[in-house]
Amino acid sequence: MYRYDERDRTIIGERVAQFRGQTERYLAGELSEEEFLPLRLQNGLYIQRLAPMLRIAVPYGLLNSAQLRRLARISRDYDKGYAHFTTRQNLQFNWPQLEDVPDILSELAEVEMHAVQTSGNCIRNTTSDPYAGVARDEIADPRPYCELIRQWSTFHPEFAFLPRKFKIAVNGAEADRAAIRVHDIGVQIVERDGAIGYQVYVGGGQGRTPVIAELIRDFLPEEDLLSYLEAIVRVYNQLGRRDNKYKARIKILVKALGPEEFCRRVEEEWAQIRDSADRLTPEALAWARSFFPEPEYRQLDAAVTEAALRDQADSDRAFSRWLERNTFPHRVPGYRAVRLSTKPTGVPPGDVTDTQLEAIADLADRFSFGEARVTHDQNVVLADVRQDALLDLWQAARKHGFATPNIGTLTDMICCPGGDYCSLANAKSIPVAEAIQRRFDDLDYLYDLGDLNLNISGCMNACGHHHVGHIGILGVDKKGEEFYQVQLGGSSSENTSLARVLGPSFSRAEVPEVIGKILDIYIEQRRADELFLDTYNRIGLQPFKERVYAKAS
Amino acid sequence: MPKPAKGTGPQPNNPERLILDGAVVANEWRLVPADEANTEITAASLAPGKVILPLSLWQRLRADLAGRESEIGVWLDSDETADQLGPSASDLPLVAVHFPTFADGRGFSTARLLRERYGYTGELRAVGAFMRDQLTYLRRCGFNAFAYEGAQPLEQLLDSMHDFSDSYQAAVDEPRPIFRRRSLAG
Ligand code: SF4
Repeated sequence: MYRYDERDRTIIGERVAQFRGQTERYLAGELSEEEFLPLRLQNGLYIQRLAPMLRIAVPYGLLNSAQLRRLARISRDYDKGYAHFTTRQNLQFNWPQLEDVPDILSELAEVEMHAVQTSGNCIRNTTSDPYAGVARDEIADPRPYCELIRQWSTFHPEFAFLPRKFKIAVNGAEADRAAIRVHDIGVQIVERDGAIGYQVYVGGGQGRTPVIAELIRDFLPEEDLLSYLEAIVRVYNQLGRRDNKYKARIKILVKALGPEEFCRRVEEEWAQIRDSADRLTPEALAWARSFFPEPEYRQLDAAVTEAALRDQADSDRAFSRWLERNTFPHRVPGYRAVRLSTKPTGVPPGDVTDTQLEAIADLADRFSFGEARVTHDQNVVLADVRQDALLDLWQAARKHGFATPNIGTLTDMICCPGGDYCSLANAKSIPVAEAIQRRFDDLDYLYDLGDLNLNISGCMNACGHHHVGHIGILGVDKKGEEFYQVQLGGSSSENTSLARVLGPSFSRAEVPEVIGKILDIYIEQRRADELFLDTYNRIGLQPFKERVYAKAS
Repeated sequence: MPKPAKGTGPQPNNPERLILDGAVVANEWRLVPADEANTEITAASLAPGKVILPLSLWQRLRADLAGRESEIGVWLDSDETADQLGPSASDLPLVAVHFPTFADGRGFSTARLLRERYGYTGELRAVGAFMRDQLTYLRRCGFNAFAYEGAQPLEQLLDSMHDFSDSYQAAVDEPRPIFRRRSLAG
């Protein structure tokens, strides 16, 4: 994991001091509400419906156990003893006091963390694959590149006041686990003739106008990453719309110019700066890589550990379920990556208590070289667990409520904070998630359904990624009442697709029933091994529509 | 480059004092706002003395103003890009870049390009509604003069010029990104 040196410590420390001054000036009435707004946003501080909300940056989702323990302590000392993992691999506190925020930031700085650019019209936290470094289908570990991007984008003087927020994702594997095509810039690491480079996608996004990103460069040489990003963001900063915040994202500019013309302008700009000092040197690349060394894996005999694991699974059905759903193949024989589920029924997806944060830290120390990763679907990955320790880990995880064996199933929902917390919401989302979890609590049924992403957003800002859920639920306002629109067929994988609206919206009480009918159609119509999305892609929206909107006879 | 639609936006004020190269000094320049009535201005009707003209006015009068180069500056609005001035910026003693609102960040790119691409070395002045808390970013993008319109005393602003003593990325003040400055022992 990246470790700060003196320079990082100085910069982050000066940022805390700067924000302390700004907060004091605001509280003394020297800074207006309007002037304070972008300053607090660029330090992660929102004013929410009920209280301020502070969003902490977790660069590409990576946390060590000391950081987890510090987050636990902060949630206890400054908040109500819990925190929330977001769909951008960050972490939010929902109840801090405004005047405490500078102190919280300095506590974070002590463990090499910050809240820089987690909000505001600037380059946000870069996201990536939670299985970086361990996945079998990896082309190159994306984390060194993410870190180089993090440093380049942090306090970038030219790009702190963009037309709108700006999100970059990097994927280093064959399968896209970073949803790169719904980001402002999606970077796909590729290898051509033995050389590492990138495919660059631009102009994807969710929100009220969901768009799948366009490929604007098929192979960018490894050393040119930063200058190319700079060219893209510069074109956007100069030409992106600023007269209407709903038309200000880069996706609108790419559409307006057309991808070819947008690409031409980027290339033209890049031609002028590609030989600049931004070109990554071999030393810089090697240096960035040096922070993500191979952990000290034991030489394990996979045949032996796997046989033992099978025996354990055979004698314990609950363990075998967990093993099947919540663990992920590892490139090193004898190891697995484990997903801790934050989604037992009745807990808002992504919420963790202070003691749970400490428990994750303990589990990371005990089982996974002291590190954990936040996933974009709001769970936590322990990436490097020995197979012969899985049973122990499972038992420990169970004690702390992390072992719900539902990863990738219907009840492993992505869900935004919605109307319970968020002042922009049209409708609550957490109670909908809970009602669905309660109705579909039969594990055998869930497993029979297989991989199924259900994503819920409380408004069209789409923080709950409803456009790319196999089933998406969107809170809408109908004459002052909370209603829910249902969409089908989205995906954020390498075959990205946007969900289509089923039809008129439903009351909250109707939603579980509607989901039930949709699942019935799938079960009736699926062929052999078809997953929900496959069946949907084959039969289309109509059969689902007919069943859901059938008049009661 | 085609420009995003231009509204009849706010105009820069021209305060009596400003920050120049880290010191509070008197403003020696007049500033002509962008106005449709500018079409009536001629080189002859333009009073002597240092004056900052809107880009379009300067472009129209440029030839007629030969001999007065040392007292003619140009200001760019936020929808006017650095390439519209291009290398001819170097003939000017002063270029001002307007921030109609502090959230309109186009001027940051304009400044960097004037310095880095077009080799402009004269006074580069930020005018308009920028904030104290943007001074570090403005400075890093190449501005050395700040005609601040806000309520805070200029002397206090000087403190914010160097909120950061180090930086991650290349810009005008430091052309080497941090990875070329660190000792990369790892
Ligand atoms: S989707 Fe809407 S309701 Fe949900 S967190 Fe985002 S802004 Fe708030």
